[in-house]
Amino acid sequence: MSAIQVDDVHMHYGDNRAVDGVSFRVEPGEVYALLGHNGAGKTTTVEILEGHRTATSGEVTVLGFDPSDADRDFRDRIGVVLQSSGVENEFTVREAIDLYGSVYRNCRTLDEVIGLVGLEEKVDERIGSLSGGQRRRVDLALGIIGTPDLLFLDEPTTGFDPSARRLSWDLIEKLGHGGTTVLLTTHYLDEAERLADRVGVLANGRMIAEGTPSELIDGISGTVVSFQLPDSVAPSDAVATFGSVIGHDVRLSGRFVEATVDRSTHVVHRLTGWAVEEGIELDSLSVKRATLEEVYLQLTERAGER
Amino acid sequence: MSAFPSTAALIVRQTRYQILYFLRVPVALFFTIILPIVMLVLFNALFGDNTIDTPDGEWPIRQFYTGGLAAYTAVSATYSNLGNMVPIRRDEGILKRWRSTPLPTWAYLAGLVLSSVIIAVISVLLMLTMGVVLYDLQIDWVKMPAAAVTLLVGVAAFAALGMALVSIIKTASSSAAMVNATILPLAFISDVFVVTDDEGFLHTVASFFPLKPFVNAFQDCFNPFVDGSGFSPGRLAFVAAWGALGLVIAIRRFTWEPSGAPSRRARRATPAPTE
Repeated sequence: MSAIQVDDVHMHYGDNRAVDGVSFRVEPGEVYALLGHNGAGKTTTVEILEGHRTATSGEVTVLGFDPSDADRDFRDRIGVVLQSSGVENEFTVREAIDLYGSVYRNCRTLDEVIGLVGLEEKVDERIGSLSGGQRRRVDLALGIIGTPDLLFLDEPTTGFDPSARRLSWDLIEKLGHGGTTVLLTTHYLDEAERLADRVGVLANGRMIAEGTPSELIDGISGTVVSFQLPDSVAPSDAVATFGSVIGHDVRLSGRFVEATVDRSTHVVHRLTGWAVEEGIELDSLSVKRATLEEVYLQLTERAGER
Repeated sequence: MSAFPSTAALIVRQTRYQILYFLRVPVALFFTIILPIVMLVLFNALFGDNTIDTPDGEWPIRQFYTGGLAAYTAVSATYSNLGNMVPIRRDEGILKRWRSTPLPTWAYLAGLVLSSVIIAVISVLLMLTMGVVLYDLQIDWVKMPAAAVTLLVGVAAFAALGMALVSIIKTASSSAAMVNATILPLAFISDVFVVTDDEGFLHTVASFFPLKPFVNAFQDCFNPFVDGSGFSPGRLAFVAAWGALGLVIAIRRFTWEPSGAPSRRARRATPAPTE
């Protein structure tokens, strides 16, 4: 039996279709990432699965339960790290773990949890005095305290510094290897690529693509050609200028001009021909296989055009 | 798999932590316990030698203040305390977090309400001890059972009304205003800070609300001119009826998430739109 089974779920608020017919399955032990822009329907979907919201229509089964009227037995087996939910700031980390751990049947020990999230130094400090990233680790600690079979992570590393992200990724990988099913939402592509066994891409409340990260990358043909925007071309003209040079849609990403193309040899030939003719040196010119990020941008652009 | 912890153990732990939380929030501690004590000391310093005329004779005002302010403290530890603190925790998403855990929701609420009741009882005992030690408050032991019952009915009713207020308050930023707008004017016409006449417009207004009956019922337990056991069954029934009303509102309207998100109940009641 799948750990999560979602069939044609809708969540409508009046005319707003926050979730518009989403279906997917997550198998036990799998790490599944829901990817999407803000407002794509990720959080709403996850909150339906957690039992915080009841879907307008559709079938949802989580660990064999219907989360919309799930009881204590269900909540004992899930761990939830919400995007925005506070902890009593007046408690120390130790107290919060003691208090929240006391409500589960199988709770991890303080030392185990603290070690897993890396808060050894802060265990006797008030949560209110911790930094944002440290507080997020407290969130993680409270999410895993009850030894959940299924862990929901809603944007678990938003606001983390790079070292804290690595640490959380290690933790999530450890939990995944230990057999915990993880459903995570993120808008960090590298996070999904690194952690997820499978990825579902949401846009406008619909699932527009699903697969392993490499399946998704292979699924869109494409190689990414990118180079630094030369000084002689104004950023506002970049898309038009290079679009006509290479005969392909381009996008401006920071100081880089990027295009995801099918026939890169041809494109590079036209581009370098133009540059030589104009006497321009194209800095940091690169041709590389698409990453999940390009896949995502392509998919969501297409979804936006519809 | 091991069993869930016992209900009693859960509630005891919740209550203990709620009291700890209260003690660590300076503003709650100040308004609930310290401010009434300051008022007791101040009022006695200002008016302590005066007396109140009662039909049976003169009553030292010190004793009047101790009973009235003790009752007010009980209200402030339950009604005001819950009304101020719970919306903050709801806005911060703490209630929603608890909703994701296997803790039965009523056990969470029980911890919240019980802690406020315990804080109220301790504050009242502290106040009465000050009254006895500093202000010649006479304890008539015959009336103490009535005082205890009155106090329990009062804190239960005002805790329920506090939770009803929580269910009406939309965001924590308006909670302090809502709490004070509802309780402070009433306190002035309910014999807490000043004695009011037993007739007239203000008396009529005050008698619609539960504060004055509770305050008077509690004061009577320390009033040497009130004979007998000190019980005021009529007033207590009135206070209890308000408490029951509060409970109904709290149960029907309570939400775990900040406003903006409709309640689970409301969402469930919304029929699925047809396509």
